[in-house]
Amino acid sequence: MINKKTLLAALLGACVALPLPVLAQDSSSDNDPVTLRVAYDADPVSLDIHEQLSGGILQLSHLVFDPLVRWTQDFEFEPRLATSWEQIDDTTLQMKLRKGVEFHSGNAFTAKDVAWTVERLKRSADFKAIFEPIDRVEVVDEHTVKFHTKKPYPLLLNLSTYIFPMDSEFYSGETADGKNKSAIVKNGNSFASRHVSGTGPYRVTERQQGVRVEFERFDNYWDEQSPGNVDRIVLTPISENATRVAALLSGDVDFIAPVPPNDLQRVRAAKDVKLVTMSGTRIIMLQMNQKRVDAFKNPKVRQAFAYAINQEAIADRLMKGFATPAAQLSPKGYAGHNPTLEPRYNLEKAKQLMKEAGYGDGFSITMMAPNNRYVNDAQIAQAVAAMLARINVTVDLKTLPKAQYWTEFDNRAADVMMIGWHADTEDSANFFQYLTECPNPDTGAGQYNAGNYCNPALDEKVAAANLETDREKRAKMLQAVEKALYDDAAFIPLHWQDLAWAADDNVQIEPVLNVMNFPYLGDVVVKPE
Amino acid sequence: MIAFLIKRLFHAFLVMFIISVISFAIQDNLGDPIQQMVGQSVPDSERAELREELGLNDPFMVQYLRFAKNAMHFDFGYSYFYGEPTIEVVLRHLPATLELVFATTVLIMLFSVPIGVYSAIKPRSPLSRLFMGVSIVGISIPVFLTAIVLIQIFAIGVQFTPFPVDTGWGSWLNGLLSTDGGMPAYGRGDVVHVVGTWSTNFASLEGLSYLVLPSISLASIMLPLFIRLIRAEMLEVLQSDYVKFAKAKGISMRRIYFVHALKNTMLPVITVGGVQIGTLVAYTILTETVFQWPGVGLMFLDAIERSDIPLIVTYLMIVGLIFVITNTLVDLIYGLVNPTVKLTGKPA
Repeated sequence: MINKKTLLAALLGACVALPLPVLAQDSSSDNDPVTLRVAYDADPVSLDIHEQLSGGILQLSHLVFDPLVRWTQDFEFEPRLATSWEQIDDTTLQMKLRKGVEFHSGNAFTAKDVAWTVERLKRSADFKAIFEPIDRVEVVDEHTVKFHTKKPYPLLLNLSTYIFPMDSEFYSGETADGKNKSAIVKNGNSFASRHVSGTGPYRVTERQQGVRVEFERFDNYWDEQSPGNVDRIVLTPISENATRVAALLSGDVDFIAPVPPNDLQRVRAAKDVKLVTMSGTRIIMLQMNQKRVDAFKNPKVRQAFAYAINQEAIADRLMKGFATPAAQLSPKGYAGHNPTLEPRYNLEKAKQLMKEAGYGDGFSITMMAPNNRYVNDAQIAQAVAAMLARINVTVDLKTLPKAQYWTEFDNRAADVMMIGWHADTEDSANFFQYLTECPNPDTGAGQYNAGNYCNPALDEKVAAANLETDREKRAKMLQAVEKALYDDAAFIPLHWQDLAWAADDNVQIEPVLNVMNFPYLGDVVVKPE
Repeated sequence: MIAFLIKRLFHAFLVMFIISVISFAIQDNLGDPIQQMVGQSVPDSERAELREELGLNDPFMVQYLRFAKNAMHFDFGYSYFYGEPTIEVVLRHLPATLELVFATTVLIMLFSVPIGVYSAIKPRSPLSRLFMGVSIVGISIPVFLTAIVLIQIFAIGVQFTPFPVDTGWGSWLNGLLSTDGGMPAYGRGDVVHVVGTWSTNFASLEGLSYLVLPSISLASIMLPLFIRLIRAEMLEVLQSDYVKFAKAKGISMRRIYFVHALKNTMLPVITVGGVQIGTLVAYTILTETVFQWPGVGLMFLDAIERSDIPLIVTYLMIVGLIFVITNTLVDLIYGLVNPTVKLTGKPA
């Protein structure tokens, strides 16, 4: 039975309860532990850093582990667990390792751990392809290793940025239920996916997958020069773009990535928050399938397409400046980046070429693009379709969520397909190997070449470049390949997607960010308020 | 009674069976789980091996029978992403959702009954018209928009300065229009562990503050519905003969409204309410996504994005079970409230 009084009381109670007092936050002084609350779009899939080669795992690796060497902001190598290196002969690189480094478990870091880690990388489904050139790692003494490659290999240092020595003693042996501790299991519960011991600046103290990961500064961290002053990191995955931005603006978190392009202006204008953007290295491109459409076999048609698409307009208007228009695969800073190549939008020329090729009246094609994989991917595809309409090409466009898109991509289900690619080795040759080489299922070459473009002469050049240890010469060779692909219009590059991070004003993120998008949070400084 | 429960138990199995068949049948359209598991440079041969290992190459019937056999032993498989039994993953996320649904239900009950009754008793008063107008708006605005607006106003804060700032009255008016924000914008904050997988937000004021915005936005869809339902039912009851009779008898209006009429008004409300609470569990998907509330809704959406098929199937089956259970409970309660209804369907 409800009477008026109880009703009133309930209403009143509800009104009082609604504007709940927000607990005042303790103002931090110098001695208080500094906590950095980070929100990324996803949390790492696993604690096993060899389970998947992905951005999330690499971000984790740089927190909990240290690589042998790491990239600086201008693509130089910075010594980390390796202190010096020397090419002894064509196929051998000797590395001196840092002394006095300790794992989180208390074990000492030695050459044995490096050899063990590389051996494990060569077993990992995700890493074995890029570690294929390494034949073996020889332990010379406690703090010296020799990398033996099968053939001369110019990218050993690039690979070393992926070698995060693991605690071989910690990961060896068997668990209580008789499973091998070093096993790499993609689907399931392995020892390494739940336990971790690295040399890195942070230890994992708590992890609830998909909810939060907590890190604490490792007391015995070797790098005493590191300016980093953050004692505790709380990483929360916030997949919803608007919520991630709101969490930063409302002060619930201190650092977010990525910042969605639609909110850039809002974040830039907000008080007490700063935005950092960088031109990225992920190329967004379109591939024209020559197997499906005969017209694409004609270089003139491909060139016409390349002339018809206005990269600068897409980068400017659609991406709101959040992209760098591209005319090649290699971004600036990569060995193969050819500074002479520029976007070539020219509608007249495109029409002319179509006429010369005998397609003045155009033709119809199908096109597919993901709609939640790259920034503005579906809109970019629509813009491209509109641009192609001007040279009388009718585009039947279909956009799909990424989960479904890749199945279609693997089936080469449309005449034109969109793909974004980041070179795992931060090197131009990787682009060519996966995107432009003649597809060959046996060697894995051209695995993502949905255009079926095939030019064996260029493939040979890339192969030769990968045996060339003289960096200067090699760069020339790769740049020549970029030029040839450009002239041949093998594909249509659109832009390199920019990267954006945002943080509270007192978090000094600028020095620790890089285009690879693994912030070196071990070195981040938070100024006391 | 027992026969009724057994019948319902049978229903539950049937529902779960159908859901599992359907979700198994559509799994090929949910995307390729392998794609989500491996990095870009993994060669096709490795992918094929992994696919074989997971048994994804087997024909539909083989896959389904394997699943059904294990499901009989409450083993619903391993989540691809979490690497744990799916049932554990769902049970870990369920308390967060149930707490959100509970908070929302409390909000709805607190507000819908008084407002609904008031606007039925005084249908022409301006306040009633205001309630009805606002409730139309509430129903029409999608949950995620409500949520984002709430976050902007109460978590981030808005500053309006239409009035001159340098005058006393101006800055006072500006202050009225502006908010400082400060409410938590996402997640559950620090929860207090209760038992098993259940950690609660109800243990502290701070914990409760995390519930406020999500539960208001979740309530924004259901509350207007209930207000309108209660109002309509009450209006109908007030027209009925026994109310007229009571009036004629000289019983006080208060007693007529709150004892005689309200009781009969609440009968259909209980039915609809029970079913809607089941629906609320499903509606949480949107709210949980916007507020990054770590419940089953968010988990489900992430699972779809990752093509985590075992988890998707388990979630759907458990939500199906929740629907059957709430419906059964509603029927039981209805039987208690209204003795003329016989559950077993025999004539009274």
